[in-house]
Amino acid sequence: MIQSDLNIILPEIVIAIYAMLALLGAVYTGKDKMAGMLVWLTAALFVAMAAWIGSTGSGENAAFGGMFIDDAFSRFAKIMILLAAAAILLMSQEYMARLGSLRFEYPVLIALGAVGMMTMVSAGDLMTLYMGLELQSLTLYILASMRRDNVKSNEAGLKYFVLGALASGILLYGASLTYGYAGTTQFSGIIASAEGQAPLGLLFGMVLVMIGLAFKVSAVPFHMWTPDVYEGAPTPVTAYFATAPKVAAMALLARTLYDAYGGVVGDWQQILAVLSVLSIFLGSIAAIGQRDIKRMMAYSTIAHMGFALMGLAGGGAFGVQAMLIYMAIYVAMDIGAFTFILTMQRDGQPVTDIRSLNNFSNSHPARGLAMLILMFSLAGVPPFLGFFGKIYVLRAAYVGGLTWLAVLGVIASVIGAYYYLRIVYLMYFGEEGETLDPPRSPVLWSILMASAAVMVIGVINLFGIEGIAQAAAATLIK
Amino acid sequence: MIGIEHYLTVAAVLFVIGIFGLFLNRKNVIILLMSIELMLLAVNINLVAFSSFAGDLVGQVFTLFILTVAAAEAAIGLAILVCFFRNRGSIAVEDVNVMKG
Repeated sequence: MIQSDLNIILPEIVIAIYAMLALLGAVYTGKDKMAGMLVWLTAALFVAMAAWIGSTGSGENAAFGGMFIDDAFSRFAKIMILLAAAAILLMSQEYMARLGSLRFEYPVLIALGAVGMMTMVSAGDLMTLYMGLELQSLTLYILASMRRDNVKSNEAGLKYFVLGALASGILLYGASLTYGYAGTTQFSGIIASAEGQAPLGLLFGMVLVMIGLAFKVSAVPFHMWTPDVYEGAPTPVTAYFATAPKVAAMALLARTLYDAYGGVVGDWQQILAVLSVLSIFLGSIAAIGQRDIKRMMAYSTIAHMGFALMGLAGGGAFGVQAMLIYMAIYVAMDIGAFTFILTMQRDGQPVTDIRSLNNFSNSHPARGLAMLILMFSLAGVPPFLGFFGKIYVLRAAYVGGLTWLAVLGVIASVIGAYYYLRIVYLMYFGEEGETLDPPRSPVLWSILMASAAVMVIGVINLFGIEGIAQAAAATLIK
Repeated sequence: MIGIEHYLTVAAVLFVIGIFGLFLNRKNVIILLMSIELMLLAVNINLVAFSSFAGDLVGQVFTLFILTVAAAEAAIGLAILVCFFRNRGSIAVEDVNVMKG
């Protein structure tokens, strides 16, 4: 009994034990001198675990009396999370070392955060949900203020901490109401109690849980922390915020809504549609005035989360599939875009001002072209990969009967294209000015080129993720 | 006779005080931490009341988890606050304004 349960959560256990051993090992040996090695080791472990989950996982297994669920949906999300986290680790090494912030805690915290995210996407109970969410959030608060001597980084950590704790509190209040009115914290029990006429308290609980999770995916109107935290946190950490935790929170949102509140689909669908439309429009419009590229990417994240929510709002297995595909494409694009931001430096100092990109492609044609592809893809210009992600979620909204949402989505993505294309404009037709340094790290250069190549090559068959996402979505919708 | 609605009312009132504390307080970040703690404890009252009236232990187990996590959260919050104070020399909420958002 316990043996089979432990087998199901073995990947999480391995990473958690690795994180603790790495922490102890580094403390007793070289401390920060070990950091570089730990970064590579952790990234290798993530990739190995992703391969393991992908190759051996099969069927639907529930551990600990249904508190922890391992199915195709959670495996899809876990592989995405692990690969994104591994890419972020490789991206961060050179940058963090140059700032003197490459501490051995950095890979350890990311490993613990990965455990939290993997727990989140496998949650089958409100308690598992809460524990996973907090394990992830607590590591993120620390990572945001990783540069101890930098006031901006501290402020980002503080703001994220206060607002994140508020979100957790609201989520918990919703969880307590759900528990009170459903009589159980287990998702299967909650969905059973909502059959027929759902009690009002349960609906209240659902709305509060949704608000808490909307905070984590930074959907408008719960997005106010995003720009400040993105700007203040060290750039690799910002890249991390924009990818793995967003996937985890979005997958958790889908799982909670379908597994626990699947009896009241009509009620949460309208909330999701409103969140989605607000996020898309605010993300697209507010990004236009930004001068800092990290702040601009924060608003871009908000808009992209709006599109992913649109898939979810569309409902049904197709909606979840669209959301998963959109998130996978979004993560690949954002890793590329943030790698580019990491290579932006002048005289060895990182710069984030958009105007520093003036006439960039003249001196760095290869990097300029890669960024052009990534920006086109983020804007959803065909024939790049981002376009297909948008097509999927728009179709999901249309199929789900939310035609007005799909139309508004198209309008907003046209508005949003402006600020992506402005970067391309500056790079290719900007005024002459001081140019940026050539890239120093071959790792960053290869990740940037690989991610741009993915945007082009992926259009052939989306790397076959359509079928996998479909199977994953089918396990969620009973 | 004290029924479950009394407990729920107390919890709701405490929770709302916590939220107002977060938004209205302009003086001190420590008060923000206290407000967060108040919100979590309100949730605990809710859970224990539901659990005791339903005769089901799960709610009390949940409460123990929340208490543990709240302790860890407070530790991290204070650690970040100490770093902030070292760099900025102040923990007034008005001074958390290097970035405008």
